[in-house]
Amino acid sequence: MSTFASQFTKQAQRMTRDLRHRRLIRTALRNYEVVRDQRRAAFQDWPAARQAAAETKWEAINHLDRHLVEFADQLAARGTKVHWASTGTQARDIILGIVREKKARSIIKSKAMTSEEIHLNEALEQAGFEVVESDLGEFIVQLRHEPPYHIVFPAMHLTRGEISELFARELKSAPTNEPEELTMIARRVLRKKYITADIGITGANFAVAETGMISITENEGNARLTAALPKVMISLLGIEKILPRLEDLALFLPMLAVSGTGQPLTCYNTLYGGPRQPGEADGPEEFHVVLLDNRRTELLADAEQRDALHCIRCGACLNVCPIFRNVGGYTYGTTYSGPIGSVITPHLRGLQDWKHLSAASSLCGACTETCPVKIDLHHHLLQNRRNAARQKPSFFERLAHRAFAVIANRPALWSIGKKLGRLAQPLQRLIQGTVLDPARAWTKTRDLPPLAKESFKDWWRKRS
Amino acid sequence: MTITLFIPCFVDALFPRAGISVVQILERLGHKVVCPEEIACCGQPAFNSGYWDESRAVAVNVLARLKDAETVVIVSGSCGAMVKKFYPQLFANTPQAELAKQVSARIWEFSDFLVTQLGVTDLGARFPAKVTFHDGCHGLRELGIKKQPRALLAKVRDLQLVEMSEAETCCGFGGTFAAKFPAISTAMGEVKCASAIETGADYIVSNDLSCLMHQQGLLNRQGSKLKTIHLAEVLAQQ
Amino acid sequence: MSEKENILARIREALKIQAPPPGLHADIPAHPASAHPADSARQWLPPVGNDFNDWVALFAKNAAELKADFQLLNSASEMRQALVRLRAAEGWKRAACHSGPLTDAICPMLDIPLLRTDRPYDIHALEACDVGISECDALVAQTGSVLVTSRSAGGRALSVLPPHHVVLAQREQLLPDLSAAYDLVKKKYADNYPSMISFITGPSRTGDIERILVLGAHGPKKLTVLCL
Repeated sequence: MSTFASQFTKQAQRMTRDLRHRRLIRTALRNYEVVRDQRRAAFQDWPAARQAAAETKWEAINHLDRHLVEFADQLAARGTKVHWASTGTQARDIILGIVREKKARSIIKSKAMTSEEIHLNEALEQAGFEVVESDLGEFIVQLRHEPPYHIVFPAMHLTRGEISELFARELKSAPTNEPEELTMIARRVLRKKYITADIGITGANFAVAETGMISITENEGNARLTAALPKVMISLLGIEKILPRLEDLALFLPMLAVSGTGQPLTCYNTLYGGPRQPGEADGPEEFHVVLLDNRRTELLADAEQRDALHCIRCGACLNVCPIFRNVGGYTYGTTYSGPIGSVITPHLRGLQDWKHLSAASSLCGACTETCPVKIDLHHHLLQNRRNAARQKPSFFERLAHRAFAVIANRPALWSIGKKLGRLAQPLQRLIQGTVLDPARAWTKTRDLPPLAKESFKDWWRKRS
Repeated sequence: MTITLFIPCFVDALFPRAGISVVQILERLGHKVVCPEEIACCGQPAFNSGYWDESRAVAVNVLARLKDAETVVIVSGSCGAMVKKFYPQLFANTPQAELAKQVSARIWEFSDFLVTQLGVTDLGARFPAKVTFHDGCHGLRELGIKKQPRALLAKVRDLQLVEMSEAETCCGFGGTFAAKFPAISTAMGEVKCASAIETGADYIVSNDLSCLMHQQGLLNRQGSKLKTIHLAEVLAQQ
Repeated sequence: MSEKENILARIREALKIQAPPPGLHADIPAHPASAHPADSARQWLPPVGNDFNDWVALFAKNAAELKADFQLLNSASEMRQALVRLRAAEGWKRAACHSGPLTDAICPMLDIPLLRTDRPYDIHALEACDVGISECDALVAQTGSVLVTSRSAGGRALSVLPPHHVVLAQREQLLPDLSAAYDLVKKKYADNYPSMISFITGPSRTGDIERILVLGAHGPKKLTVLCL
């Protein structure tokens, strides 16, 4: 078992015992479900919209080279510097290079999961630069030195009391139980940062190939400010964010909002196509776009699972996943959690090290059912399991399945197996729950059903 | 017609009454039921674990025995999904590919068979109790089984159906998942059981006994009076 | 080879193998793949109605839900009066705006210092303003959104830094949905797009603390749309 796998198991055990945490997450997600269902019902044809979104993303990803080139060319024509990074290290170096060249003293950031993926903040801080997260949830977890808990709701696991304590400790603010006052405290602190920051770093939700623009979806306005005030703007995005045409956003922005937060549309949806253009009185003088591969091309090469790159990072699959709801976002131990994380992490970080994420699922399919772009998520988990077993089968597990096949295919052996099982049951009860119990994984928390005295096959044979 | 019954491994060994109920119901409807002895398992445990060669070793036997069956009925949503939805994938690019597709087209989960194939919802059953229905995930999302069990329960005399808020939420059994990730499996089961208890029902009914086995195991350990029962057993009561 | 060429080469190699067509694993049958699958978005998104009256009603309903203040006015003088009333009610001491047909006619009536953001300006001066007043490119009925750009609404910061954003709009700018808005953007700006194009849907908000809605997270706490 990889260390990641054993960490996952330990953490899962801890988190499933934390009933307070489980309740908190369930309450948060229950509210989300109600509004999401209302918004979906308002669509004239949600299934048709999903199918169109799936087809649009299919077109985008299966012609990715063409769209990326158009995207980059259009951006460059407006004075944007486009950088291509094959690895996270290269992306970090590119951004560090820009930051050093500008002799930046302070950097303001809006939400970017790709920046988490490449551990950008650590790299910048180690190089001596101040980085402040401007999204309220990200700002909160940054103060706690924690990664985001959920790709859309970074501070979902915290109560207002915990946030108040945090602000009192780190910002010297007066304790308060009001979410509004806590938000205003953060607003005041961050306002100063926007105005004095030399560099603004953003992510992107979409990359429109046709017109060479990135699209940023948010509610707070922090990305708008990050992109308006500093002299230099850097946007980091995965190469899979491509959408072919500008008007595709008319479909994707509502679907992202409905699936992500249960809103018909988020507060700010903004396209950025270049640095300040002639005639514009504000905006960054320099605009850099960093395109990140970081093994996405490997996932692209797996044609069976290529649609995992259609993901618009809405978080809906996390919200409906019963595993996520019971173990929480941190248990996964990696940037992308929930079903999408369980599908792509083995590709992006290594199959043998991360196959346990694909194994830790009951394959209920709620994720696939909810995905707005119809990614075949739960079947990809199965495919990852198959690929992992083929690459490096477990000797004992394969032996067990082979032995079972032998017994299952021979009625005589199957009969004997049942008889032996019936004989062994009273013995098993004696050691139930102890270390000796072979069924301990089950019996620790659940009773075992008794083997029937007369099995179905016995009954059937008798009456024939 | 002649109906071939596929009794999954755990139904045979642990819950034979459900299988017996299915036989009774189908014979009452005037059909001939046959049950090939040689099939014990659909091969899902190995399949879900990623050991597809080993799964095929079991599944190829199933295909051979069902080759000439006119119609196959299986007493489990998850095993039904395995044969109907996953056998074509499992046998893609193998000599059995065509046979797998054919068998997949002729197999039905029990409640789906009654309602959509036979067009029957009233079995003259009587079951005086308050029940809630658990939608097994494979039956629900792979086979589209949601209305069928409820249509059947609606015709059962003196039965009161109360839906639980988490009816469609996975109970956490998931086959080998229950043993490989017992803490998570148990937590999910707790959520399901709490939702069922909240309805005040006497029984949790489902078309998937593997799920019910997990839920009953938890309920017993909790000391709860809530019982679980397969849909077929409810429908067989008169 | 540059990294660009490396990445593109890997993509081309990967795409040599066909991926299965989208969405077919689900039970809903695929729609016939058209040239532009999202073209019919209008048919699937929430309905917007057929005429101007429907759109106005829908915009007003959305604005109310978003806690944005939407006022339909019948003349330029009514718009002036509405703005003056706001100034009194909110206690505005300093405003920011840009030059435009509506803003030029109406903002001076406020009789308070006006900072222009369509020429070089001091960010601290903007930060000290109580309100940013801008025009817009369109109003979108379907979502209750205001479409602004860095060219037509006084730059990037005017509509987001001051704590109150007032939009001066005209009825003709009301469009049914986002598809119509993107059409407009393409027609108006093709080949010379502004560097920023933004849909503003209500005052700034967050739900990051226990999923409780709070307005005015970083952007404006108040949004007023005055429509002639």
